[in-house]
Amino acid sequence: MHGPDCDRLVELVTDFVEGALDPATERQVVDHLAGCDGCSTYLDQMRATARALGELPPDRLPGPARDALLEAFRRR
Amino acid sequence: MVARVRDAELVGRLRDGDEAAFASVLDEWSPGMLRLARSFVSTPESAAEVVQDTWLAILGALDRFEGRSSLRTWVYRILVNTAKRRAAREQRVVPMSSISPADAGPTVDPDRFQGPDEPYPGHWRALPAPWPELAPSPEQRTLDAELQARLEDALAGLPERQRAVITLRDVQGRPAEEVRAILDITPANQRVLLHRARAHVRARLEVYVDARA
Repeated sequence: MHGPDCDRLVELVTDFVEGALDPATERQVVDHLAGCDGCSTYLDQMRATARALGELPPDRLPGPARDALLEAFRRR
Repeated sequence: MVARVRDAELVGRLRDGDEAAFASVLDEWSPGMLRLARSFVSTPESAAEVVQDTWLAILGALDRFEGRSSLRTWVYRILVNTAKRRAAREQRVVPMSSISPADAGPTVDPDRFQGPDEPYPGHWRALPAPWPELAPSPEQRTLDAELQARLEDALAGLPERQRAVITLRDVQGRPAEEVRAILDITPANQRVLLHRARAHVRARLEVYVDARA
């Protein structure tokens, strides 16, 4: 069975990583990745993107807003 | 089960007026709430107001929390509703939730692949180049400032629902099931939105990485 070409595979990578592909398609994706540096690299880049996003620093609630909320809590 | 017991205990303490408990959950959850609010409203100031309004609504509704969902999911759902109402009042000219070109079609420029007349149709024209490690080293502790700015720009360019999904999943590391519950979307829908959002951010990062090479 002919598996996906690269232009189709790049659309399957997230489902692949999520474990959402049916077994036959997953097998085709794995086989393709095994033989294709381009798509393996693309998958790595998608994973690296997710990881980098996870490193973004947290936003902070401004001090006055925080104080106002603590005050509102006290007044309940 | 353990999480539900923790939720019940926390809610109990909040109902009892335990200020330390409230300060703790306020500080722990507000950063994530601020970032999620930014998927819907246009400025950090609006996001801060949305988060404040959400917490006030929570304080007023504590007696009604029944534990059918986790406390965090409940809080985040209220946040999303509050943010959407706020966004509607801000009356953006183009509704962010309407279908835009970014919601459909290939997520990688078709030009990156060989056409029907080329030796290997559907294959990469030029192979993507492996990236250097982007995550900070233990010594650095935080992302490179330029990379951080690029990531924030990329997120700002996403349609509302894609931004919300990738914010919850990748920026905050929440599991798929929780994201579905907060945004009230199907598993398939969640994956499509995540895929499109990640592809967009990846493409923007590629420009950054290639420029530094």
